[in-house]
Amino acid sequence: MIRVYVPCDSSAVSVGADAVANAILKARPDITLVRNGSRGMFWLEPLVEVETLRGRLAYGPVAPEMVPQLIAAGMLEGKEHHLSQGPTEEIPFLKRQERLTFARCGITDPLSISDYIEHGGFRGLKRASNMAPEAIVEEVTAAGLRGRGGAGFPTGIKWKTVAGEKAAQKYIVCNADEGDSGTYADRMIMEGDPFVLIEGMIIAGMAVGADKGYIYCRSEYPHAFETLRRAIGIAREQEYLGPKFELEVRLGAGAYICGEETSLLESLEGKRGQIRPKPPLPAMEGLFGKPTVVNNVISLASVPIIMDKGGAYYRDFGMGKSRGTLTIQLAGNIRHGGLVEKAFGLTLREAIYDFGGGTQTGRPLRAVQVGGPLGAYFPESLLDTPLDYEAFAAKKGMLGHGGVVVFDDTVDLAKQARFAMEFCAIESCGKCTPCRIGSTRGVETIDKIIANEDRVKNLQVLDDLCEVMLDGSLCALGGLTPFPVLSAVQHFPDDFARR
Amino acid sequence: MLAALDWNAEVALGRIRELAGAPGPLLPILHSLQAEFGYVDEAAVPMIAGELNISQAEVHGVITFYHDFRREPAGRHILQICRAEACQAMGCESLVAHAENRLGIAMGQTTADHSVTLKPVYCLGNCALSPAVMLDGRPYGRVTPSAVDGLIESLLVQSGRRGQ
Ligand SMILES: Cc1cc2nc3c(=O)[nH]c(=O)nc-3n(C[C@H](O)[C@H](O)[C@H](O)COP(=O)(O)O)c2cc1C
Ligand code: SF4
Ligand code: FES
Repeated sequence: MIRVYVPCDSSAVSVGADAVANAILKARPDITLVRNGSRGMFWLEPLVEVETLRGRLAYGPVAPEMVPQLIAAGMLEGKEHHLSQGPTEEIPFLKRQERLTFARCGITDPLSISDYIEHGGFRGLKRASNMAPEAIVEEVTAAGLRGRGGAGFPTGIKWKTVAGEKAAQKYIVCNADEGDSGTYADRMIMEGDPFVLIEGMIIAGMAVGADKGYIYCRSEYPHAFETLRRAIGIAREQEYLGPKFELEVRLGAGAYICGEETSLLESLEGKRGQIRPKPPLPAMEGLFGKPTVVNNVISLASVPIIMDKGGAYYRDFGMGKSRGTLTIQLAGNIRHGGLVEKAFGLTLREAIYDFGGGTQTGRPLRAVQVGGPLGAYFPESLLDTPLDYEAFAAKKGMLGHGGVVVFDDTVDLAKQARFAMEFCAIESCGKCTPCRIGSTRGVETIDKIIANEDRVKNLQVLDDLCEVMLDGSLCALGGLTPFPVLSAVQHFPDDFARR
Repeated sequence: MLAALDWNAEVALGRIRELAGAPGPLLPILHSLQAEFGYVDEAAVPMIAGELNISQAEVHGVITFYHDFRREPAGRHILQICRAEACQAMGCESLVAHAENRLGIAMGQTTADHSVTLKPVYCLGNCALSPAVMLDGRPYGRVTPSAVDGLIESLLVQSGRRGQ
């Protein structure tokens, strides 16, 4: 029986994967067609794979209209064609990666639990089931796993705090709000390997003594939400979920600030997504006032492999205090946009050129924003910075969730700085003045600078304003917006003096 | 096509009661009402407040806090155009201008015949294939101005507005 794979990932669907799948089935109803997750090589999507004696062979990007011609040329028998990419695993972009968290993504049928198990799924859970809760926490601590949501806080320490709390009810909350522009790793896992997230959450529950979990999924991800809903149903049927650990996926409502953990908890409780002052930490008083682990999707989805292979195995990847792998997401003006899972330490230049192939437009690269809308804009001269939490902080940048947004030389950094302030104004929760009012003042001030009204004075005003936001904001939305703004001014002064 | 049934208090109450027992049920309730009617009617506010035993001000506060919840019916189709950084890097602003021109409305508005609502969105997670848009929940990547034309044209054909 011929087996063909066409991704169901929404990014693949956005360039015609559904139509390709339909066209293949229409031409050859006798074959087995699997809708897998994406391998994360989006410039090749829709990427069709055919199983052969030589392994899985890739063809892409396949337009729906190309299907009859490809089939006539012998694609289903693995014959050569100008869209042939050879054996999938040998494609350099993929071959040079270290896929731990994404080990199965793009290979399996996301909703097949037998596929999941056949490819190493639930091995971590099995091992954890035979361990004391403290030993699970110890293993995650030993792995050196740091939260992938942005702040990089050690996951083991967070779990230890929650485990140490005495409470009849505790919760595991998965932060699937993935609001940062340039990021899609959470989405890929939720759509492409949802059971790994579920497994990670079950293990977290065992480790800290929680029997209920929530996944807070942003509403901009309807496909991920639906896949999770179905995966949870299947896991419940198969009794991975049940009285010992129950799980529910909830939908956000289009507020960037609800990615911040306390705002997220307010939202889950059915309130306005306003920031809660810390302390108390969510680990002590979280959802409905109970001790709560809040972790990012990738943090939780990395737990099964850590439990399966051991903390030491995971820790051996990486550099300095950044252990394990980082899921780099190449985005924006990039030729080979996609997901690169690699040990921490690759430089930004290597990510953008060796993996990403430079800009999509072919024009010179001028700026890169790493870490989402609150991340700094780096000029070409900083491209040799290694992707590592501390190395980025030293350059006044932020790794955040690992998004890398590339801009060519048509970018205007004054406009980008203005947008950073505007975005903060749109998404501010309104709790504190520096952010609520400061961001709007920031937009006005940048407008004046662009229009050459009292430029020198207004650049000083902008600087002071950023300082107030930095020091006086309750959370990192107001507190970090100055980073993209000030980095733009610092590294690209010409853009603020064009008129 | 989005379902856009007329407001019906009885149906609404059924939806509210279905979910009221869950922990933190307000967002699920609002999503459910919006899925049913295309928006959250003002008349739902006292109903929800009554069922959940919270103040109307609190319900109102939540509805207005979130960008997703609409207080009046949207168009039959919703075209979301991503305006976040990765899509900016690939010229999304020209898509915005193009769509606004073609439909004769600004972002955030609905055409007079209620066929299309244009909505900004800040990232669809399709940033490797920017610029990205979503039409009634269907994603599109590497979108060109002429592709936007094609999408809009297909909607206007359905609404009998072609060539206008
Ligand atoms: C404005 C703002 C937005 C955030 N958005 C997200 C998000 O979308 N996803 C996420 O996992 N963390 C986000 N965070 C970080 C969370 O507050 C929190 O640190 C994280 O969920 C903890 O999980 P981790 O330790 O596994 O990273 C955001 C923080 C801020 C200040
Ligand atoms: S900094 Fe902004 S988003 Fe954060 S608490 Fe203050 S007003 Fe809210
Ligand atoms: S920035 Fe547009 S899809 Fe992410």
